[in-house]
Amino acid sequence: MLLARYEGIFMTARRLLPVTALAAATALTLGACANGGAQNAPGDNQAWYGGESDLTGELEIVGFGLGDEIAEVRHDLALEALGQSVDVTLVEGGLDIQQFLSSVASGDVPDLIYASRNQIGSLAARGAIVPLTDCIEGEDVDESQFREEALAQVTFDDEVYGIPEFNQVQLTMANAKLLDEAGLSIDDVNGSDPDAMAAAAEALVQRSGDDLQTIGVDSKLPEFFPLWAKARGVDLLSEDGRTANLDDPAAIEALEWAVGIYEAQGGFSAVKAFRDSADFFGEGNQFAADELGAMPMEQWYVNVLNDVSPDAPMAFDAVRTPEGEPIAFAGGQAWAVPAGTENGTAACRYATTMTAVDSWVTAAEARKEAREEEGGVFTGVLTGNATADEEIRGLLSDADEPWQQGIEAMYEANDAAVAMAANPADAEFTRIWTDAINSVLAGDAEPADALAAAQDEAQAALDEAWAEFDGE
Amino acid sequence: MTTTQRIPPGAEPAGVPAALDRTISTESGRELAPPSKARRRASRRNTLAALGFISPWLIGFAIFTAWPIGYSLYLSLTDYDGISPAQFTGFDNYARLAEDPRVGQSLLNTLIYTALYVPSHIIVALVLAMLLQRAGRSAGFFRTLFFLPKMTPAVAVGVLFLLLFNGQGGLINEALGAFGIPGPYWTTDPAWVKPGLVLMSLWSIGSAVIILLAALQNVPKELTESATIDGANLWQQTTRITLPMISPALFFLAVVNTIAGFQTFTEAYTAFFGAGGESFQSDAALFYVIYLFRQAFEFFNMGYASALAWVLFLVIMVVTAVQFVVSKRLVYYEGDQK
Repeated sequence: MLLARYEGIFMTARRLLPVTALAAATALTLGACANGGAQNAPGDNQAWYGGESDLTGELEIVGFGLGDEIAEVRHDLALEALGQSVDVTLVEGGLDIQQFLSSVASGDVPDLIYASRNQIGSLAARGAIVPLTDCIEGEDVDESQFREEALAQVTFDDEVYGIPEFNQVQLTMANAKLLDEAGLSIDDVNGSDPDAMAAAAEALVQRSGDDLQTIGVDSKLPEFFPLWAKARGVDLLSEDGRTANLDDPAAIEALEWAVGIYEAQGGFSAVKAFRDSADFFGEGNQFAADELGAMPMEQWYVNVLNDVSPDAPMAFDAVRTPEGEPIAFAGGQAWAVPAGTENGTAACRYATTMTAVDSWVTAAEARKEAREEEGGVFTGVLTGNATADEEIRGLLSDADEPWQQGIEAMYEANDAAVAMAANPADAEFTRIWTDAINSVLAGDAEPADALAAAQDEAQAALDEAWAEFDGE
Repeated sequence: MTTTQRIPPGAEPAGVPAALDRTISTESGRELAPPSKARRRASRRNTLAALGFISPWLIGFAIFTAWPIGYSLYLSLTDYDGISPAQFTGFDNYARLAEDPRVGQSLLNTLIYTALYVPSHIIVALVLAMLLQRAGRSAGFFRTLFFLPKMTPAVAVGVLFLLLFNGQGGLINEALGAFGIPGPYWTTDPAWVKPGLVLMSLWSIGSAVIILLAALQNVPKELTESATIDGANLWQQTTRITLPMISPALFFLAVVNTIAGFQTFTEAYTAFFGAGGESFQSDAALFYVIYLFRQAFEFFNMGYASALAWVLFLVIMVVTAVQFVVSKRLVYYEGDQK
């Protein structure tokens, strides 16, 4: 019965099927692209700033979550600074850039966003966020307190578009037990001797048949390629954000070396598959389970390791250049005010209070207290504010080894951190170089060819984006 | 020569109002008797009433489907980033598309995936449907069992793919290992990414099984019984009777699965591109719609993405047209004989 009806319908519909099928296809694929609408003129918020500002109305904050003491304490202080007349709505969860840009296009924007610093250039170039120069001046924020590299990431066309928040840097993390057993030390895997690091990968790797039992060294491609290139003196993007340097011979050398580390261990596919099967955030993590010799990793993972596997045999150091100097690439978030906000004054007060030295220090004290109650180690907090970092560092007491080693490495890396300049094509630029690395890791291209092609593509994307911004 | 035939009262086919006269056409297609004014008015009233009933859908279709489709055609001729006003650029986006190597790469990936996905879906669904047909009283239970995974959200299927198909600790390779077969690196080896995704897509094969089971149950039993009496074996019965009789259902699945294959997105995006940023993303899984999405919502090249969408529309239209031409020779519609 069901089929009889179905066939009847189908026989009739079969002549209509191309139309219906294509309509469905089109609806699914084309409808997604058509979200045009009204647009806001950039920089049209009428806020004025300073202690005399009249703070009332609603303040919608998007992209920020209250996950721990550092966030909660500062949020409470910011609410206090706003006073009773401001009705704050916190939309927790990561910032959805598509949703945000749609809101800008439709003129219904949140008042404050918490965005990744490497998105600030693109958002500023599109006029989606407004300069904060007046906000910073009006709220008497000492701009010189911001870390240079963090400020560079939120400065576009000589205007500051974001107020830096947390800072992230990379450290060398290693399993001291595996290093000892192989007769190696942390100096062999921190990048200071590239040949020694490649040799360490071979010495540390362990297999059972075709399966990896221990990854010797994970060079963390593609994400840490800029770090390895910078260690060899190459900035993938020029200081003014206009020129790509992807095919620099030193960058090619860095990629060949980093890929070679995987090849010495059976190839990227094997290492990635084993890495993906690891219990990254649990007590059976790669270091605790002796499944990983060494890797560079952001500093927040020290906290994870200390929390879930305090007895893991860790060794820490900064990542180092072949000259032995510490190096790191800074990342992190920033507060930005969307174009068209109706309460820029309150947004500015909230953002500047969240990032004030006193707020950071008060929050760090709360974190320290909480960690001590748990019997854990307070490893510090890295921010985009150098003064706050110093004061928080003063709160630290000597931790047991190896965690003290981790803390020192973290601050050493933080002091040496650099960043890529803000630019109007940051998403495309990042995608182009990661695609190039991915093609090498997949065995589809040689490093020199992949980076040469990426260089052309990246430069074209930068030229086009800058030309559009410059109004050419 | 024309004749008029009035259908006697009480002899109307089901669903046809008795009061309405029917006109009969000659073989030349000419209408034999024009309806009266009253009949035309009644017919118009019925049409208007029908339109009134479906107007919520029509309005929704016009606003949420037809208008975006038309607007995307306009956007495909512009430079539009989602915020600034769209700038008309003529066919620049289409010219750029022709020179973009990633378009060819993503289209090739999509074609390979579709070529694997469509036959594997139909074959596995057919085998399962045939088994279900013989399952007797337990058929209902298994029918539900096969359909349940269809309820799993596609994003969950993408994550599940990474877990099940992990080259080292995944269940699939563990199972293969039990038989002494070393499993490949499904999620990281470019050669195995697409086959892995196709295998994972079989997870949600339930609806195809249900359609084919319904088709199989509608094959007249007397045909197979006669064939059995004539000495035809199972293979002969399947290839000479069953498959031709269910060919409309097979063709339907071929068409809709081809379109689904060309539009594949969620599972692959979740598995390989969801982490975003600078994490490893397999180019082998860069399907056309993923590239389109990337252009639209990562780089905000809405105009270019719209052009990509229209090219996909044309590709699907051509492929579907070819399928319909081929179907004339291969698909048997009972009751559609001339």
